[in-house]
Amino acid sequence: MADIVIDNITKSFGSFVALERVDLEVADGEFLALLGPSGCGKTTLLRIIAGLETQSSGHVTIGGRDVSALPPRKRGLAMVFQNYAVFPHMTVRQNVGFGLHMAGADAARIERQVARAAALLHIEPNLDRYPAQLSGGQRQRVAVARALAIEPSVLLMDEPLSNLDALLRLEMRAELKSVLLEAGTTTIYVTHDQTEAMALADRIAILHAGRIQQIGPPAEVYTFPATIFVGGFVGSPPMNFLTLPVEDGCVRLGTLTLTPPAESGNQVVLGVRPEDLEPTVAAGGFPFTVRVTEPLGPHIMLTGETLGQQMRVVVPPETPVPVGATIQLRPRNDRIVWMDPASGATVGRGEVAKVGTEAASD
Amino acid sequence: MTVRRTVYITGIVVLCAWTLVPIYLIALAAVGGRTVVNNWPKPFLPPTDISLETMREFLDIAGVWTSALYSVEAAVLCMAFSILLGVPAGYALARFAFAGATTYRLLILLTRAFPVAILALPLTVGFIRLGLYDTPFGVSLMHTTLALPFAVLVSASLFQAIPRELEEAAWVFGCSPVRAFLRVVLPLALPGIAAVAIFAFVISWNEVFAASVLTVRHKTLTAYLLSVLSESPLHVQFAGGFLLIVPSVLFIFLARKRLFSMWGIATR
Repeated sequence: MADIVIDNITKSFGSFVALERVDLEVADGEFLALLGPSGCGKTTLLRIIAGLETQSSGHVTIGGRDVSALPPRKRGLAMVFQNYAVFPHMTVRQNVGFGLHMAGADAARIERQVARAAALLHIEPNLDRYPAQLSGGQRQRVAVARALAIEPSVLLMDEPLSNLDALLRLEMRAELKSVLLEAGTTTIYVTHDQTEAMALADRIAILHAGRIQQIGPPAEVYTFPATIFVGGFVGSPPMNFLTLPVEDGCVRLGTLTLTPPAESGNQVVLGVRPEDLEPTVAAGGFPFTVRVTEPLGPHIMLTGETLGQQMRVVVPPETPVPVGATIQLRPRNDRIVWMDPASGATVGRGEVAKVGTEAASD
Repeated sequence: MTVRRTVYITGIVVLCAWTLVPIYLIALAAVGGRTVVNNWPKPFLPPTDISLETMREFLDIAGVWTSALYSVEAAVLCMAFSILLGVPAGYALARFAFAGATTYRLLILLTRAFPVAILALPLTVGFIRLGLYDTPFGVSLMHTTLALPFAVLVSASLFQAIPRELEEAAWVFGCSPVRAFLRVVLPLALPGIAAVAIFAFVISWNEVFAASVLTVRHKTLTAYLLSVLSESPLHVQFAGGFLLIVPSVLFIFLARKRLFSMWGIATR
């Protein structure tokens, strides 16, 4: 068991800066997801932690030991690769026991650990097969079993589920979570799939263009994104953003008067999740013209416009809205976020905003 | 559909005939004796009275066995050098991004662009100075330079086809780079490397010109036959030709599975 400290890591390829002064701490036994779009540097960061890539500057500490200059084999970690990287010329048993074998463990211990890891991932019937005889999902299990068999203090996973089909991914996700919870290993999990990050992680670190945008528990990241980017990247459908003018320290939206944080300039961005917008009858809201309705089963998704800006709203299935209609909406005022249009940074949360006079009577 | 099938089958027949007919004719002349060689048209079916007389006649020519031995020596050395030099170079080309990698790749191919005929005189002089002239070892060096481009480029594509992640996984799970190469990369590349070895052997075994120029008394089989057979009767020449292709054909036949698996990897 070990904690991981990433201290001021920078990585540049020529003139391209892949990671810029990244700081990150992962507690012992924590499951951290590194989330970001492709090319944001998340895999590079993982490979630097693994020792497969060398950082341009900065330090990586695992369990209090500075491993920045050590080769991968001396860092005491295990890794699950995106394309599994299961050795094709070895049986599943040899694959799972590989790490222990290389560490010079005795035969009895190897057998015991392999049996345990195989049982954990339900691959006992395949132990004497070759990877070519296995399906993608089974190979994925072998890769995870190989990593867990050495009882690593740190487990790194690089988009391990991205090569599986949707249904299998859902199944493996739940299983992975229970297995890792049981193992209690410190885990860093790289993914571009925000649902996966939300579902698995204790905390999520969102990377964009080589910088960490926000680190926090899934619920916090979802509800109170630190930047416009995070709000747009986390959640499906993404957060709505309305750019609004500020007059006399107030923002008028339909019949609502909202108070953005005092430090806002001439304009401010109002961020609100589609499910945090409630249709209201008559007054006490702002108009929203519906262009598309998508009945998704548990709810209906409406896409349309407010003040010429695109918005998405999620409404309960029992309140169908005709296309072309204009309805009145009001945000749940404890769930809105204020952002600076220039920097994209969040300047205030819902608590800061006060609902204006007309709305307060509602 | 049927037209496509006809074209397909015709193609196969033509390709087979392209390789097999010459071999068949040589074999026919080699076992048929003097009469078959001079007969025209050739009999379509092999003659019933196959005689190994001509073969024996050929094998009785003084020096054939010794020169065959020199050929094997040169070919085995050529094979060893091609592997020892070509495989590491191929690995470097496949795995490391170094300055001038593309140029290097091109230069490797360019070594085949120099006609051996132009190099023959300076090579001979150089070999005499170094004491390599008229030795199977010297010939094997020359053959290695012919086989090496092939060895380097094929092994580069072999290593390229082995995912880098496999190696990285080996590093993460406790291997030093050398150990990872030996335990993970080498076993996967071995069939292809075997094929490279066989090709190097065959290239050396079949090469005539350099071998003729660089030797006098210690001639390899091809060079020896070139000088001896021109004075022999036609059917003996055919017997010699036939016996010369047998080892290459046999070698490739035995290694065919390995060759296909190499191409399988290379085209994946």
